[in-house]
Amino acid sequence: MIPGYAGKFLEVDLFTKNIKETTFSDDILKDYIGGRGLAAKILWDRLGSKWSEIDPLEPENILLFLTGPLTGFFPGGRICVSGKSPQSNGVVGSTVAGEFGVELKCAGYDGIMVSGASEEPVYLFVKDSEVEIRKANHIWGEDAKQTISKITKESRELLRKRFPRKGEWKEPSILYIGPAGENKVRTAVVAAKWTHAAGYGGYGAVMGSKKLKAIAVKGTGPLPEVADMNSVKRLMQNVCKDVYESELWRRWGTGAAGYEVGAKTSSEPVRNWQEEWHDEKSFGVDQFENRVWIKPYWGDFGCPTTCLKIAVVKTGKFKGAITDNPDYELQAYLGPNLGIFTPEENVFLASLIDDLGLCGIQTGNVLGFAAELFQRGILTREDLDGLELSWGKAEAFATLARKIAFREGIGNLLAEGTYRAALKIGEMKKKDVLVYAVQSKGIAIGAHGIRSGKDYPETYSYACSVQGGDHTSTACFPLHDFRSELMMTFNDSAVYCYFNIFGVPRNLKFEFYKAVTGIELTQEEWLNPKALRILQLQRAMLLLGGPDLKWNPKTHDANPPRFYEPLPSGPYKGRTVDKADVEKEIANYYEAVGWDENGIPKTEVLRKLGLNDVDKALEKLH
Amino acid sequence: MTAKREPIWIARELSKCSGCRKCEIACSLFHEKRIWPEASRIRVFMLVPGLDFPHFCTQCEDYPCVEACPTKALSVSKETGAVLVDKDKCIGCGQCIDACPGRIPHMHPTENYVLICDLCKGNPQCVKVCREGGWNVLTKVVRKEQAYKLYARKPEEITRDLAIKIYGEQGEKLL
Repeated sequence: MIPGYAGKFLEVDLFTKNIKETTFSDDILKDYIGGRGLAAKILWDRLGSKWSEIDPLEPENILLFLTGPLTGFFPGGRICVSGKSPQSNGVVGSTVAGEFGVELKCAGYDGIMVSGASEEPVYLFVKDSEVEIRKANHIWGEDAKQTISKITKESRELLRKRFPRKGEWKEPSILYIGPAGENKVRTAVVAAKWTHAAGYGGYGAVMGSKKLKAIAVKGTGPLPEVADMNSVKRLMQNVCKDVYESELWRRWGTGAAGYEVGAKTSSEPVRNWQEEWHDEKSFGVDQFENRVWIKPYWGDFGCPTTCLKIAVVKTGKFKGAITDNPDYELQAYLGPNLGIFTPEENVFLASLIDDLGLCGIQTGNVLGFAAELFQRGILTREDLDGLELSWGKAEAFATLARKIAFREGIGNLLAEGTYRAALKIGEMKKKDVLVYAVQSKGIAIGAHGIRSGKDYPETYSYACSVQGGDHTSTACFPLHDFRSELMMTFNDSAVYCYFNIFGVPRNLKFEFYKAVTGIELTQEEWLNPKALRILQLQRAMLLLGGPDLKWNPKTHDANPPRFYEPLPSGPYKGRTVDKADVEKEIANYYEAVGWDENGIPKTEVLRKLGLNDVDKALEKLH
Repeated sequence: MTAKREPIWIARELSKCSGCRKCEIACSLFHEKRIWPEASRIRVFMLVPGLDFPHFCTQCEDYPCVEACPTKALSVSKETGAVLVDKDKCIGCGQCIDACPGRIPHMHPTENYVLICDLCKGNPQCVKVCREGGWNVLTKVVRKEQAYKLYARKPEEITRDLAIKIYGEQGEKLL
């Protein structure tokens, strides 16, 4: 057995209620590591032959919760959630911070694979090797805060009864869905604590389709044995030391960006990306810090950064709203993107989005999309169930977010996410509204624009990514750049928080991997064949897609039309990206990662990677 | 020759806890040579998100746990003031847990003895990492004649206090 791994995985069929343990060979773990890489492998092996026919929201889909060998050791614990994505119909490795991955390993498992669907709402309770499917009728329908509260109490009660001499039980770690996930909203998250979410991919909807409200884990064992504990300790210390030197990164987290990405780099979504610049000082980090942040540092297992800050609105109309910073993505998407520029309104909306179990990025994007259609008179008040969806009207956006979470009225349509909603509204209105949809392959684009050329994504990053608009998985050159999708795949497969690698030497993660697993891995070997193999699997499943939508690289490996409009304001006014240049870059990228001119992985590349069956499955695309 | 140790106490400012759990990592590495949150003598509770806090022995002036031990497995360190557990004498009966006003001691997850903070012989590892990180929830101070026992409180009680301090009126709804 490879050090760093617990050595077994839990397999749960919610229809038959069958629970069993399973393992993967050392070779598979060496090639695919864990998390995102292993998710791609499992999904391909189990569902690949019928991929296009599988509806992500039907019981056949497999929902994965996977740790990696570095989970719990590399500072900043996370867990990777995956499956067939109801957003892209491909595979997204969606990670969320918290202790869940650590608890799971301490319980003796590297991951949980959930198939089938329950008839009644249930939650999974794992206490070391004791695993049970428990009724969740009394929790179904509850928001984030009540869900956490009820499951925490119930779990501790249960543990206390079963182990009366143990002393006080700490809470278990919990992953859960809110009402949005229950209602299979495609922009629903799998959440942890409050405000922690695996957002990209829409796996909250998959969890809801399985009637799985939550998973609670209490692991009482140690983290697995590692190959070289002294090196692990030294490397943990190195990571922390580097982070500790970054004072403002720690103090502000990403909360400074809500103003700066607009004012300085001019790449923030403003009114559904009609602009990417604003100079609203009311949205400055100082305002957040001085008015709403009541806890300056909030973090997860082993984290030196603690980039989260807890925000509470203490007076006024939105009194009682609680959330984190919000972090930059939610600042942007539930702030300037909706024409909102005050911390209080932003915290109010972020708090609501958390409570409903919605993704702030995907939902903020679809809210902005709807508001632009209202601005242009394409969606009317009647279409919006009487809502006056004007920019800056926080309460109107809140009402619409609730409608989305509960699939009421117009919310039912917008609950399909921006791309699918655009197709339907286009049909309804006999008008091409896809031009206002800022997304890539069903996944709304993260809050980092490409037009000013001052932010980190490249002009082809979203167009070529196997995870669509995911800003944490951007395609770029050189392939070994730390922003490159292939390198980001390492963080998501070894499963730790990549916010803790910014100031750290680039090779440290491979040293860390060796200290934990005992396996030597060079950056070159990681890129090719390992990361490349994972990329091809993800690409193949993305292109096979289905059943409701399929992507044609010629059409869909593209930027949203908006990104070709010149920036209308700010220091980079007039800038845009050149379509011909982007197409050239896309062609270069295809070449570099082994895809033919049509964007399909090449036969010789796949065969060299040992993916002959993938090649065969892709034949029908030629 | 080692310098004479004086009794210490770990002062705690619970509402500042970031929940990073580095104290659990450091404690379990020191005592168990493993990263083992459930075997840590200091445990971070988070019964309500955002209200994370470390829960560990406060060395009550009258040491009720030591009093309650039927096998004399618990004793007070003359050097540091810590409660020391004699693993061989402990029978895992849990009477010290019931005697503690904060129900702080807890059983080792795999062995039959109770876990209580031993102040790392006067150099507490949890304090070290908490201060390195700049959170400064934990501070080592010289033990004097103060009412340390006040800090021996149950996780629910501490959570209730923090909820009100941090979330205000809204906090009451979250409990």
